[in-house]
Amino acid sequence: MTPLLTVDNLRVTFPRAAGPSTPVDGVSFAIDRGERVALVGESGSGKSLTCLALLRLIPNPGVIAPGSSIRLDGTEVLSLEGEALRAIRGGRIGLVFQDPMTSLNPVLTVGYQVREAVTAHRNMSRAEARDRTIALLDEVGIPDPAERADAYPHQLSGGLRQRVMIAIALAGEPDLLVADEPTTALDVTIQAQILELLDRIRARRNMAVLLITHDLGVVAGRTDRVMVMYAGQIIETAPTARLFAAPAHPYTQALLQSMPRLTGPVGRLVSIGGSVPDPTAWPTGCRFHPRCDRRITPCAGEVPPWRAAGPGQEARCWLIEGVAP
Amino acid sequence: MSRWLLRRLVDAVVTFLLVAVLVFVLMRLAPGDPLDRLTEDRPMAPAEQARLRTLFGLDQPLGTQFVRFAEAAVRGDFGASIEYYPTRVTDLVTSRLGPSLLLGFTVLLVNLIGGVWLGVLQARRRGSRLDRWLTRLSLAGYAAPSFWLGWMLVSLFAIKWRLLPAAQMTDPLLPPDAGWLSRAADVGAHLILPAVTLSIVSLAATMRYQRSAMLEVLRLDFVFAARARGLSERRVIWRHAWRNALFPILTLLGLWLPILVTGAVFVEQVFNWPGLGSLTAGAVMTRDYPVLMATALLVAAAVLISGILTDLAHRWLDPRTRDG
Repeated sequence: MTPLLTVDNLRVTFPRAAGPSTPVDGVSFAIDRGERVALVGESGSGKSLTCLALLRLIPNPGVIAPGSSIRLDGTEVLSLEGEALRAIRGGRIGLVFQDPMTSLNPVLTVGYQVREAVTAHRNMSRAEARDRTIALLDEVGIPDPAERADAYPHQLSGGLRQRVMIAIALAGEPDLLVADEPTTALDVTIQAQILELLDRIRARRNMAVLLITHDLGVVAGRTDRVMVMYAGQIIETAPTARLFAAPAHPYTQALLQSMPRLTGPVGRLVSIGGSVPDPTAWPTGCRFHPRCDRRITPCAGEVPPWRAAGPGQEARCWLIEGVAP
Repeated sequence: MSRWLLRRLVDAVVTFLLVAVLVFVLMRLAPGDPLDRLTEDRPMAPAEQARLRTLFGLDQPLGTQFVRFAEAAVRGDFGASIEYYPTRVTDLVTSRLGPSLLLGFTVLLVNLIGGVWLGVLQARRRGSRLDRWLTRLSLAGYAAPSFWLGWMLVSLFAIKWRLLPAAQMTDPLLPPDAGWLSRAADVGAHLILPAVTLSIVSLAATMRYQRSAMLEVLRLDFVFAARARGLSERRVIWRHAWRNALFPILTLLGLWLPILVTGAVFVEQVFNWPGLGSLTAGAVMTRDYPVLMATALLVAAAVLISGILTDLAHRWLDPRTRDG
């Protein structure tokens, strides 16, 4: 079976006075139908740009470099234009944004905004669209959906607004829901509710979910597979349980150690020294080597190949004694 | 909402009364006198002058004059013009209001439609050659004095090429039995040059405001989000972005509405347009107190009413201010 989405050698470049910068540099991955995948990384790792590239929404003056490929059900998204591209945006791939406070138009009712997302992808009468809107608002757990449809965004709480954003993302019946840090801007208590809601909807609709986050805690138990991104590249991919049990890449290990835990002895939280390098001048060899405390001879000079590190687990690191997959 | 409106109305009435008193007093404090002009080139016997003073009530103390004026004005009577005696001021003003409104609304329409459309176009193509040239052209128009631009257009279109009439609002040689269609065409032809002149000098403001408001909105998250849900570009631009970028234009519109009523003094003079602007300008020269008083109050009323209308429109269009 071919995967739902196949991303191959995705590169996003921005022209800069100092030379082009490449915040996404050779990203490849695939997502199956109904699969739950997480893309994890620090700010500046390129994870958000990767998901925007799926919808061809790279902000100006950035471009997707030639040689990149994004195939959805075999269709090359990068060669689509106009109507066909709009059918992907919101139709095949729904996008949930980070900040529900700023992602809704303040002068239009939330019902209007859901309704236009519905009618953008399906021809239907006014009454049908209205019913569909209310059903969607109901599905995302908004109480009194018929009444709330006439509310303006400023009249709703942050949690309700994010539910509206999810309803909008679902309006086109997408096969893939991309959620870009969907809970970062919300209160902690609301975060869990929204994540549970996404889980329930995914299970009911059997759509694939790509969850983008910097918080590994959000990932556990909610995704089948995790991809770890660093400096514009994916450096490790593994089944979620495997990644937590036996992270292969030193960066993933450091990321896990920097996460506070409720069980076990209380020690100092470990932080990773240094910061994500500058995309105009990525380090040579393994991009993590300047911050890695276990670097060996080839790390600075040669790019590490993908190596199998366990069942379904692969990582790009010279320390792994495995065979190339 | 109704309480808010009531307060605005009370404020407006108080302001209007203050303006009335101020204008009345200041006008009489200013040097010059309506009778000076009448006696300038033909000496008049003192007895004759005194008779005219009594006729216009100018011999009374200031307070009495104001009370008389106010009593009549409340009944809608602004007295007779001194310059055009015995024509009533109300007749004079109403006959001039139509032409001013015609010119004003034409310019407003051109301005709103053209300025908004061009401003949005500029914002969408920010930094392009088109954007830069539109900025240069609009600023050149803004910098051009309206009377100079009017003369240039007249010398080209009316005198050199003889395409359009140079002045007035109607052709005096039009046969009196002409149908309404040829009359309308005649007024339309006379309207073109003054309307174009006023549009050119005022378009830049709308374009600049619209461009910068639109640029600010276009980089907001919800515009991006609208695009991400697969809406057409036209819908993203007009329904989502522009709907949030029209508030500065609304404010600008509120500042313009009074000009519709008062007329554009320079352009009306250049084109001999029979509007309120030229009437007011003439009344200033001749110190025609009753006419000046009426036009000043008309301006005050227009400013206050358009202020209230702008606020109402703002509240109606922005749901966030409705609950406040």
